[in-house]
Amino acid sequence: MRGHNIIFVLLRRLHSPLIALVCVYAICILGFVLIPGVDDKGQVWHMDFFHAFYFVSFMGTTIGFGEIPYAFTGGQRMWSTFSIYATVVVWLYGIGFLLTILQEPGFVQLLGQTSFLRKVKRIREPFYLVCGYGDTGSKLVKALTESDITSIVVEVDQDRINILELEDHRIFVPGLCADASIPDSLLMAGLKHRSCIGVVALTNSDEVNLKIAISCALLNPGVRVIARAETQDAEKNITSFGTSQVINPYETFAGRLAMSLHSPGTFLLHEWMTSVPHEELTEPIFPPHGKWILCGYGRFGKAVHKRMIKENLDVTIIEAKPEKTKAPGDVIVGRGTEAITLQNAGIENAVGIVAGTDDDANNLSILMTAGELNPDLFMVARQNSRSNDAIFSAAELDLIMRRGSIIAHKLFALMRTPLLASFLDLAREQDETWANQLISRISGIIEDKPPHSWEINISKEEAPAIYDRLQAQESVILRSLYLDPQDRSLNLPCIPILLRRRNNDNLLQPDENTPLEPGDRILFSGRRRAQDMTQWLIHNPHVLNYILTGEEHPSGYLWRLLTMAKHNKGTVEQPR
Amino acid sequence: MNLEKVIFAFFIVLALTVNFGFFIGDITNPIHHNVYELFAAIVVSLIATILKFGDRTHIGAVLLATSLVADLQLIVAAIIWGFVEHVSPNGMTPHAMAAIVSLSGGALLANITSVVLLVTETVMVRR
Repeated sequence: MRGHNIIFVLLRRLHSPLIALVCVYAICILGFVLIPGVDDKGQVWHMDFFHAFYFVSFMGTTIGFGEIPYAFTGGQRMWSTFSIYATVVVWLYGIGFLLTILQEPGFVQLLGQTSFLRKVKRIREPFYLVCGYGDTGSKLVKALTESDITSIVVEVDQDRINILELEDHRIFVPGLCADASIPDSLLMAGLKHRSCIGVVALTNSDEVNLKIAISCALLNPGVRVIARAETQDAEKNITSFGTSQVINPYETFAGRLAMSLHSPGTFLLHEWMTSVPHEELTEPIFPPHGKWILCGYGRFGKAVHKRMIKENLDVTIIEAKPEKTKAPGDVIVGRGTEAITLQNAGIENAVGIVAGTDDDANNLSILMTAGELNPDLFMVARQNSRSNDAIFSAAELDLIMRRGSIIAHKLFALMRTPLLASFLDLAREQDETWANQLISRISGIIEDKPPHSWEINISKEEAPAIYDRLQAQESVILRSLYLDPQDRSLNLPCIPILLRRRNNDNLLQPDENTPLEPGDRILFSGRRRAQDMTQWLIHNPHVLNYILTGEEHPSGYLWRLLTMAKHNKGTVEQPR
Repeated sequence: MNLEKVIFAFFIVLALTVNFGFFIGDITNPIHHNVYELFAAIVVSLIATILKFGDRTHIGAVLLATSLVADLQLIVAAIIWGFVEHVSPNGMTPHAMAAIVSLSGGALLANITSVVLLVTETVMVRR
């Protein structure tokens, strides 16, 4: 995309006022030079160009200072009168023209684009390109900035870009108002920028997301693409490009609900590990088994139904338009907002209800009616729009499925550390006891905030202190990575939850005495403070030495010489 | 025939001719160099510069650059003239006149370049 030079565009548009200005000034100046005046001795005097330019300059802008250097004659005054009007008019014309141009929507857009391009060009750190700044997009961008990951937003709706600009993010997030399905917009937003590490396609249209995935695959094949797709067709289509990952909101949504039903421990672990910074810690929930009622058999309802049948639950469906949604035969027809429909579905002996229509008001109405008929129900609501947060929270439901936030959480976990996604996959295969044990271990070290997870790579760049030790054939055990650099008898508030060897062997909850090897990647979970401490000890050889041996070595040359002399005399340094 | 091109070429050539008119004559002799001609040269040169704004081709950029050079030289010449006439106690000297005229000579070269470029472009379009 070719950058526009604002100054040149502006000057080209200002052709006529500028020429008018030059002409009027020239005529006025020439007039003053040609018209004869009279000096203080009564002799004929001609103003020279210097004085004429001086006089016209201040006359045009201020109309002041009087007649210089001698009082004017009638002819000169007449010419002054003409000049005053001419210059004032030409100035007004020029300034008015300039203001009109500055306010033109096209020019304003050009200004915005130019400053956006400049900002993108200046980015040095790796960034994600987020297409679509709706509920999910805004939540994701917020979580990313909280974790110091840069992102750039492309959004077709100017109102949302305005919201982005008004929001107070920790890191500045440039936003471009453009259609992401046009490859040029993606290029402008830095698709080919060497720091672009990934593109997240979150627009509400599958077609646009597909187009984004295609553009990325062709224009920057190395870049990671995560796209949202609502239908299976689009999902298959996007995955066919190889590098792309697809998230289906309804499936993700239903998958989470099913997980909470059959293994609450794993569900809680998921919620904790994928939570975004500064969120409240989720409480464990225990959905009952028995007869469930599912209101709404749309795309969400179908996905939930499939999972519930898999869990061997007895499900009764309530659907307003069974023909349109191809609901199975034994469906109860109705919206579910009226007591009679719910009673027909057998609300009295049900244990739980899922309000899964695409209308937030209806969902709340269903649950409130159901709550009156059967107060012991386990109530699950689907919340479609983030703007309804307040009323959903006030309704005191057992489980709220916020679409935007579930996808944002999942994306965030995928983007922050690749290991976390693998960990969650592995955790899903473990049983409930394993999950509960891990939860109790984690809750032992965290306070009221959800655990923070991070990754340590045993490589020359990221953990030089450890790497050098390993290269010197010294053995370092895993436990050394999370001892407190201020007092090695204490552990830092974090635990290693996954260790991946260079040959892709995964160790879940590795033992603390596991010897480290170069190329290991370890996923830690714990308090945010612990991450800074671990960073310190993997970078600083002196800190690491203290951790490993308990001795503090002098780091400066002079001090080292002094201690060596001390050693030679026979005194032994006392270990701390 | 394109009116815009006519006006464009008119001002570029006029800038050169007026500039030449001022430049020609004994370099130190104020009588040979008319102050009105310098004034006209500046005004025409400024208009030519504005007309060249916004052309984003390579040749357009070079045309704009030559015009800016001419403006700069002529305005400096005018400032020197004003200075020696009104600020300096000695008034006009052959030395100052030579400086003014040689500056306008520099502007003349820039204007010649402009015209050469204009002719080149025209020839290329015709071909």
